[in-house]
Amino acid sequence: MAHKQRYFEDVEVGQEIPPLEKHPTTQQLVKYAGASGDFYQIHYDKDFAIKNNLPGVILHGALKNAFLGQLVTDFAGEHGWLRKLSVQYRGMDQPGSMIVCKGKVVKKHSEHGQHLVDCEIWLENAKGEKTTLGSASVVLPSRHQAE
Amino acid sequence: MPIDKSIVGKTGKPFTMPIEWSKVREFARAIRDPNPVYFNPELAKQECGGVPVPPTFLQVAAFWMGEDSMPTANFDLRRILHGEQEFEFLKPIFVGDVLTGTSRIADVYEKEGGRGGKMTFMVTEIEYKNQKGEVVAYARGTLVETGQAVGG
Repeated sequence: MAHKQRYFEDVEVGQEIPPLEKHPTTQQLVKYAGASGDFYQIHYDKDFAIKNNLPGVILHGALKNAFLGQLVTDFAGEHGWLRKLSVQYRGMDQPGSMIVCKGKVVKKHSEHGQHLVDCEIWLENAKGEKTTLGSASVVLPSRHQAE
Repeated sequence: MPIDKSIVGKTGKPFTMPIEWSKVREFARAIRDPNPVYFNPELAKQECGGVPVPPTFLQVAAFWMGEDSMPTANFDLRRILHGEQEFEFLKPIFVGDVLTGTSRIADVYEKEGGRGGKMTFMVTEIEYKNQKGEVVAYARGTLVETGQAVGG
């Protein structure tokens, strides 16, 4: 998908980042295991997960972090730049239900000629629980610099 | 086990991480990020100056590096949780770059936990330099050793 470039001047404090819906499946967990090299069995072997007192297989925390990474790179656009992405893992999620990545602009500031937008970001599961939360700092181009 | 502060500052053996398009593409597919810059090198070159990597791609290094590259504490693996993860980017990373990562134990501390009893936290920072010797990113991870087995 081609993203329309967002500029620093387009963004207001308090503004919501366009949410990103994800529908993780067990198959996706297997693909992520292969792509990342994280083959801990709690992410794809249900018997193993249950034996380890889990309700079933659970999402890799790093996959949820990747979802939040997509949320903010979509927001930044091709000419924006992600400076910092920080997340805290707070809870488990199981495949088979929708997850929504959300965010909100909390601060706009300029530093060394860079126009920075700081955001709160989080991931909400179908029960409305915020199982991963964090922050991101994104550099956006300015309309005054664009030719 | 009492907390051992002496491990702070300990570094691992530097490891090499070539940024390969096939691996980047596989990662983008796995996380289902359809952004064309990961799949169309010509467009990526025009828009970004090269094929970029998804922000959390450096996470895969944890499973690629050898054991001697990761300085560790005497943590019980059955009681480990990945608590926090941070990526800080200083310069762009593109397919074709060859990164060198050096891992360092940045901090170790204890906190009283809830159900899990006493918890020990270890912060590891990996500094990534590109083939020109420029620092491009820091990846900081916090591991938590809980008082009892995870999920128990």
